[in-house]
Amino acid sequence: MTSLSSLSRAMLLGFLRDKTALFFTVLFPLMFLMIFGVIFQGSSAPKTEILQVGAVEILDSLPAEAKGIIQVTKSTDLNKGLEDVRKGDVDALIRQENNQIVLHYSQADQVRAGTVRSIVDSFVQRANLAGQPGRFQLRPEQVEDKSLKAIQFFTPGILGWAIATGATFGAAMTLVSWRQKKILRRLRLSPVRTTTIVSARVGVSIGVALLQTALFLGVATLPFFGLQLASSWWASIFLIIAGTLAFLAVGLVAGAVSKTPEGASGIANLLVLPMAFLGGTFFPLDDAPGWMQAVANFLPLSHLTEGMQDVMVRGLGVTSILPELGILLGFSVVVSLLAVKLFTWDDV
Amino acid sequence: MGKAIVVQDLKKRYGDVQAVDGVSFEVESGEFFGILGPNGAGKTTTLEILEGLRQADSGSAEIFGLSPWPRNPRLLPRIGVQLQASAFFERLTAREQIRTFASLYGVSPAKADEMLEVVGLADKANTPAEKLSGGQAQRLSIAIALAHGPELVFLDEPTAALDPQARRNLWDLLREINAAGRTVVLTTHYMDEAESLCDRVAVMDHGKILKLGSPAVLVRGLDSPTHISVELGVISLAAAKELAGPGDEVAEDGISLTIATRKPAVILSELAERGALAGLQVRGATLEDVFLDLTGREYRA
Repeated sequence: MTSLSSLSRAMLLGFLRDKTALFFTVLFPLMFLMIFGVIFQGSSAPKTEILQVGAVEILDSLPAEAKGIIQVTKSTDLNKGLEDVRKGDVDALIRQENNQIVLHYSQADQVRAGTVRSIVDSFVQRANLAGQPGRFQLRPEQVEDKSLKAIQFFTPGILGWAIATGATFGAAMTLVSWRQKKILRRLRLSPVRTTTIVSARVGVSIGVALLQTALFLGVATLPFFGLQLASSWWASIFLIIAGTLAFLAVGLVAGAVSKTPEGASGIANLLVLPMAFLGGTFFPLDDAPGWMQAVANFLPLSHLTEGMQDVMVRGLGVTSILPELGILLGFSVVVSLLAVKLFTWDDV
Repeated sequence: MGKAIVVQDLKKRYGDVQAVDGVSFEVESGEFFGILGPNGAGKTTTLEILEGLRQADSGSAEIFGLSPWPRNPRLLPRIGVQLQASAFFERLTAREQIRTFASLYGVSPAKADEMLEVVGLADKANTPAEKLSGGQAQRLSIAIALAHGPELVFLDEPTAALDPQARRNLWDLLREINAAGRTVVLTTHYMDEAESLCDRVAVMDHGKILKLGSPAVLVRGLDSPTHISVELGVISLAAAKELAGPGDEVAEDGISLTIATRKPAVILSELAERGALAGLQVRGATLEDVFLDLTGREYRA
């Protein structure tokens, strides 16, 4: 075995055999995901809710059985109605422009979007068959969507938090406990290179992050929780790697400035937990005050979460992650330099 | 044989403590060299400078003619170090520990396992390092220091906190290591350990070497009395005082009667003649006495 693979193995085994670390980096965030998933599951209505603005002829002549599938609410306020669609409060908004049936829907939840489109489409065809053929046309319009359904929103958020916690604690704990237990000193006495030790840590952390991701997506996409992944979700792997690097650097700083594992754990918590709240892990920041959003903009976790939401659930393309990727990598470089400056082999 | 270590006027200060204060000595290849002294004497700091873990304030240290500072990757594979506190990876078994460390030197897992056998830990191979006893942990630590076949081995208080049996076993192991041709440098605060193992010892206190030489020579140079003890009652105090020569001391401590004499042969034959040898113990001067003589105070371990 090479130095790199044997050190990586030693780190990984140390992590996997540490029940507490395993719980807090993997199961604890997963529990959050499942709890949130269960809580918010009840919030999506079983019936397809459609908001009707103005007169829509095809809805006036709906057959009785359609009443079981959809629930139509009438409204006069188009802007407020569109906002409701964006927020996912209703499934779609329907209105009529001459002979065109305009259907505004949200792409955030692709199942609901697909359902409502096919239902309305069948109504339009039925109306055409019954009356003058080709009289009505369906014009589906996706609402510009920034808000997401609960599971869509918090899967990337909690996953980002889990990755941040895993990487930060992994690096901080390795550094402090290896220093305290004189393992760093022992390694320094062997011909191993510093870069090998760091590479092993980076490799193991990325491995753990990918494991977390697989587990999270595996659970969240279960029909029970119903996460729908957008087509370019795989691009989030790059974000996860960049995010791991960023939080490894944070962990190295925490590990460099603290003498005991308890201290390192405290500092790591102090850095990661506020980020989780300000970074949109647990709730969306769209309605937060401007200053809070400004602060969030400086936090790497916000960018990790934002980037993952874009490709995982908002259906944006691969190139959309580039700015977030750049910010995360830039952050990693700057904080790593700081960590190198603060690094000590020995605590005396 | 060449010189393994050459140290000249080494100094190291921490704050206002002069930890090492002008230490000079040489160690021949193949020698078993001991640095003896109480806690805080500067033994460990001296060792750490030699290992390349610390930079000396002044003076020079050379290992095989090379400077250990700054970290010298050409030197590192030639030396093996057993640190004072065992440094093990967390939650790895004994076998995983030694294999991991061995791989850092490019040593095969098979060779690492072999070394586990040498120190008698083959049956503990699957035990996590945290669960090893003190003696077992020290053995593992020494096995790790030896796995890559170093020419020079540094052992920092290898028998500290071991029970007597474990200490004796470890001594045997250390003798074997030295007999296999490796130079061994050992620090200890046990006088008997230095006496039993080392070809030469440096007696250190307050950062300075007080005396350097073979244990036997150091002890012989003392001219200190031999202590002869017998069971209380086999000879009366008055009779013992009669026996003792001028300048000898006689004392009772409730268990035994002790005569401190410079003519042990005479006293012993007299005692034998009287059939008063029950519970006989004869103790010559030890390094402990050397230390007492050098510092004027009791040895503080």
